[in-house]
Amino acid sequence: MTRAAVVMGGSAGSLGVFDAVLGALPEDYALLLVLHLPADDAGSFALHLAQVSRLPVVEPCDKQRIEGRHVYTAPANYHMLVERGGHVALSVDERVNWSRPSIDVLFESAAGAWGRELVAVILSGANADGAMGLLAVKAAGGHTLAQDPAGAASPLMPLAAIKVGAVDEILSPEGIALRLIELANG
Amino acid sequence: MNPSELERLEIDLLLETVFRRYGYDFRGYARASIDRRVRQLLSSSGCTTVAELIPKVLNDAEFFSRLVRNFSIPVTEMFRDPAVYRAVREKVVPLLRTWPHFKIWHAGCATGEEVYSLAMLLKEEGLYERATIYATDFNEEALDLAREGIYPIEKIKAATRNYQLAGGKGSLSDYYHAAYDAARMDPALRERVVFSVHNLATDSVFGEIHLVLCRNVLIYFGRELQNRALWLLTESLVHGGYLCLGTKENLQFTEVHAHFSTLDHAARLYKKQVPP
Ligand SMILES: C[S@@+](CC[C@H](N)C(=O)[O-])C[C@H]1O[C@@H](n2cnc3c(N)ncnc32)[C@H](O)[C@@H]1O
Repeated sequence: MTRAAVVMGGSAGSLGVFDAVLGALPEDYALLLVLHLPADDAGSFALHLAQVSRLPVVEPCDKQRIEGRHVYTAPANYHMLVERGGHVALSVDERVNWSRPSIDVLFESAAGAWGRELVAVILSGANADGAMGLLAVKAAGGHTLAQDPAGAASPLMPLAAIKVGAVDEILSPEGIALRLIELANG
Repeated sequence: MNPSELERLEIDLLLETVFRRYGYDFRGYARASIDRRVRQLLSSSGCTTVAELIPKVLNDAEFFSRLVRNFSIPVTEMFRDPAVYRAVREKVVPLLRTWPHFKIWHAGCATGEEVYSLAMLLKEEGLYERATIYATDFNEEALDLAREGIYPIEKIKAATRNYQLAGGKGSLSDYYHAAYDAARMDPALRERVVFSVHNLATDSVFGEIHLVLCRNVLIYFGRELQNRALWLLTESLVHGGYLCLGTKENLQFTEVHAHFSTLDHAARLYKKQVPP
């Protein structure tokens, strides 16, 4: 099975993990990322990732087409969703799990759009955002990974996902990168 | 048919029912967001499938109101994106000055914070008395709150910094009365405001507008409905009038693109022109 897209979410302590994973990825995925950010952040996550990633990094506008071999970061103060036709939809709905962007919102919509072609990854963080989304990805036939809480700066987020039974594999940051490369190649 | 296709069909039928029974058209809305909203409504309704919501909405006007409230997302704040207000102040205000009288339309004003914010700006620029301001939304409850202009005090206080960043010339506290945990906006700010119900999906053009603000509304629409609404806004504008969209919205790939030049890309400020 080929996987077309990867969604990843992280909060406190996850920036370095994003770096490690993206630095290793030249693969054929579209990657959509959520990092919890202060509401007035002006694109710093995308600017930062552009320096470590070999793939183009985009902070998308509403209804932007999603392409393979591109990285999309959710803008601060917006939820980022995936539409079935393969484009981004942004929303300013209430915060979910005290967060906007919320990882659950991205993961749930991506599960609906990509089903079995999706890989979802939950990283370090200090709240439970992402757990229900990861469960939705798994229910739709997608593959789910969590950063090993033992090595995570803030273990709560991967732990919450593991606890609800949403996680297929628990891996180190390097392990996540390697596994994504394997999954891209079927 | 797998469960997710079935759910999609059920949601299609629900939206069709709402349209044909009540005239509210959500069929062209961006689906990912609608799906989320329907699931939320479902989990609070006591039903187990979306299909069960259909007879409920058909027969129960109260449940229909709940659905509309659920689909409308009246999330807003004073001076959201202060740089946009600054751009309006620096780039649009000088041109508004050249008109003896002008009209402004806030399309999708939700609970009104954006309307009061711009009213403050116009007061400070000495232009308020020349303005007629239309503030519309399809959500009547949100409009009632907008008309009242009473907001939680902590939300207003949180906007103090954005007021300053927006180029505010006084102090935000000049514009409201604090009573317990509520802030009552100065009624003078709404003297020239007409609040009314208007649906961008089904209603028609407003006349001779000089500045339209339609921010964070079109993101909830699919492409086709976006284009419909954008034509409506375009036709409502005078030549040389201004359009302001949300900071993550874009005219670039829309049908009305050729009718506008860009005044400030970051602020999503556009000027209506005769197409080349
Ligand atoms: C997120 S709020 C935006 C409020 C404000 N413009 C801002 O940017 O802060 C979106 C508003 O659009 C309104 N809306 C959605 N669909 C609409 C339609 N078809 N016609 C009119 N208003 C609509 C909703 O009721 C909601 O109040």
